[in-house]
Amino acid sequence: MSITPELGAVGFLRWIWRQLTSMRIALILLLLLGVAAIPGSIFPQRSQNPMKVQEFFTNNPQLARWLDRVKIFDVYSSPWFSAIYLLLFISLVGCVLPRTLEHLKAIGAKPPLTPKFLDRMEFHNDLDQNPSSLDVAEKWLKKNHFRVRREANSISAEKGYLRETGNLLFHLSLLLILVAVGVGSLYGSKGEAILNVGERFINTPTSYDNITFGKFQREGSLIPFSLNITNFVATYDPATNAPTDYKLTVQSANPIGSKPITRIIKVNSPLTFASTKIYLQANGYSPVVTVRHKSGKVVFSGPVVFLPQDGNLTSVGAIKVPDMKPQIGFVATFLPTADRSAARGAFSSYPEVLDPRLLLSVWAGNLGLDSGVPQSVYRINTSKMTRIGLKALALNQSYDFGEGSITFDGWKSWVNLQIVDDPGKMYALAGGLLAVLGLLISLFTRQRRIWVKISDRVEVAGLAKNGVPGLKEEVEALVKVLKG
Amino acid sequence: MAVYTIAFFAHAIEVAFSVRNNAENDQTKFDFSRTERSGRIGSAMMTLAFILLFAGVIFRGLSAHRVPWGNMYEFSITGALAFSGAYLFALKKYKLRWLGLPVSIAVLLTLGTAVTLLYRPSAPLVPALKSTWLAIHVSAAIVSGGVFLLANAVAATYLILDRIEEKGPRPAWALRLPSLEVLDQLSYRLVAFVFPLWTFAVIAGAIWAESAWGRYWGWDPKETWAFITWVAYAAYLHARVTIGWRGRRAAWLCLFAGSTFLFNYVYVNIWGTGRHTYSGL
Repeated sequence: MSITPELGAVGFLRWIWRQLTSMRIALILLLLLGVAAIPGSIFPQRSQNPMKVQEFFTNNPQLARWLDRVKIFDVYSSPWFSAIYLLLFISLVGCVLPRTLEHLKAIGAKPPLTPKFLDRMEFHNDLDQNPSSLDVAEKWLKKNHFRVRREANSISAEKGYLRETGNLLFHLSLLLILVAVGVGSLYGSKGEAILNVGERFINTPTSYDNITFGKFQREGSLIPFSLNITNFVATYDPATNAPTDYKLTVQSANPIGSKPITRIIKVNSPLTFASTKIYLQANGYSPVVTVRHKSGKVVFSGPVVFLPQDGNLTSVGAIKVPDMKPQIGFVATFLPTADRSAARGAFSSYPEVLDPRLLLSVWAGNLGLDSGVPQSVYRINTSKMTRIGLKALALNQSYDFGEGSITFDGWKSWVNLQIVDDPGKMYALAGGLLAVLGLLISLFTRQRRIWVKISDRVEVAGLAKNGVPGLKEEVEALVKVLKG
Repeated sequence: MAVYTIAFFAHAIEVAFSVRNNAENDQTKFDFSRTERSGRIGSAMMTLAFILLFAGVIFRGLSAHRVPWGNMYEFSITGALAFSGAYLFALKKYKLRWLGLPVSIAVLLTLGTAVTLLYRPSAPLVPALKSTWLAIHVSAAIVSGGVFLLANAVAATYLILDRIEEKGPRPAWALRLPSLEVLDQLSYRLVAFVFPLWTFAVIAGAIWAESAWGRYWGWDPKETWAFITWVAYAAYLHARVTIGWRGRRAAWLCLFAGSTFLFNYVYVNIWGTGRHTYSGL
């Protein structure tokens, strides 16, 4: 009566497998995948916008903690999302592989035998007896590229095998895309670096502001190139202030030390080294300042990266001078083209530098740099500081704040370069293109069968596999030929 | 040039209005033999409006010195063009004139919204949009959208007629409409015809994203919803071809898939965040 545990387990597994590879379950998984993708478009995602996620945590701490537990902020790498698509792909494999083998076998095979009762098929025709009918039919069918199986007194012909080929090609291509995505994330790397014009970038992990490596990617595998940022030009439409073009000129050397080549990077045309690409992602201004101690000694000098806040590149940033006693910090705003209005106060009215201003509030005290807590380079924690001055500086002006002075010497453009190594993407592209090809073949190929049978009469009938029209005309044409 | 363009649209809308009036005549008088002429005028007007709108879109492109697909106003007018184009194409092939009224209303609403709420003077493209892929990716997406929405209109008609037929024989005005099977087949054929194009639009988008943003897929809201639309239509095709869904269930699934496309267009463009939002609409 009772089944042994092993048999039960095997039976259970077999049952699971049959369920998983059934079309109904595949369909449910497919719809489920669509539904599961929705939350990621509603809630901010860590992979895209970590700042927004942080904001969400600040605004709704309680809710955010709960949502985080179910990975709502990392939907596309969450276990439940992965589970759905992995199950779907297992189901796909379970369905497509056997069909591929079957299809490969069918390539050389003859069409199936003529069914017994042709009058049950579509477009059934009865013709007068004619012994040469089969020869005529065979000739016509072969001329029209049907695959023909001739028996003693019947013909079975089939055409449109490509439909299944296309269908399988499409599904196998999807598998290729999945593999490509996997390869890209396991063997790739992705990093960003902010560089002022005039600076040099060397492709080693320490040069990046942040970089992540795939699980199997070694840090030493970065391509040894260097870039000198020689020039950056942004042009704007004077009517709308919208940017019309960004053009970055670099001197690249690969490997480091070889003869440098001048290259141009634009938003839609990255610089390529093998599977590594360098993208121009963002840009902004770095005001150049010199800070002097009241003794006259220079304690800080150079460009400081500021973050743009609006389309006219009003930029905010922080200049930190820890080498003074007390420590000095400037919370600053850079206006490329300064303007004033009663409602908004000082603001920038154009993104290009036409009439620059540097608005400063000067703080003295403890910058908190030694506290061990990582700090933003764009902000100053002023909780242990007091404000000792406020000033708006035009180009080349200086401000004496008692402890010392600051001079607004000029500005530089900075660019944010994204450097991505994705060895899988060519496979993904191939998969995508093959998928479209497969779809086109499978949706536009008509697969159909035609039979001719001789008994006391001549019977002709057909069957269209996916209901596409056209078979009726074909059968009629054959009947016409048979009638002579 | 921009004023010229607006004039063109005003004209197109005017013409489309007369289409609606004609089509309405068709339906209020039940004697179709007498309204055959007005129906024909409607179709002719629809064709004329299509040509004018086409010219309008071309002029918009000329006035901006680029392909006219840089903001939502331009997407909407091109979308309306694609939608009415799909209708006209299917009109010839499938005797679709009964769909003229809803199609013209939908086109009018779209154009109305575009001209009043979404209008922006023509301006050059932001750097991210300066790519040959703009023409390829966006045109493929817009044409797919036009056909998907037409399939939706057919599926909706199916559901309405289905409900009516449940209660009894068709009323006089619905007699001219095709049978339920024909509607069912038509919406399937439209979807099957354009699904590869939609797949291509998504892939073209991925290729472009790779060269502009450094990754071919990043689950940006627009990408996510394009994926959802793709999955929904894939499910629809499987449900029909492999499991053999027909009729009501298939029509609902088709409507659902189409609404994910619309949602993507409206919600993600206007309220969404992410990289597909440009030039404030």
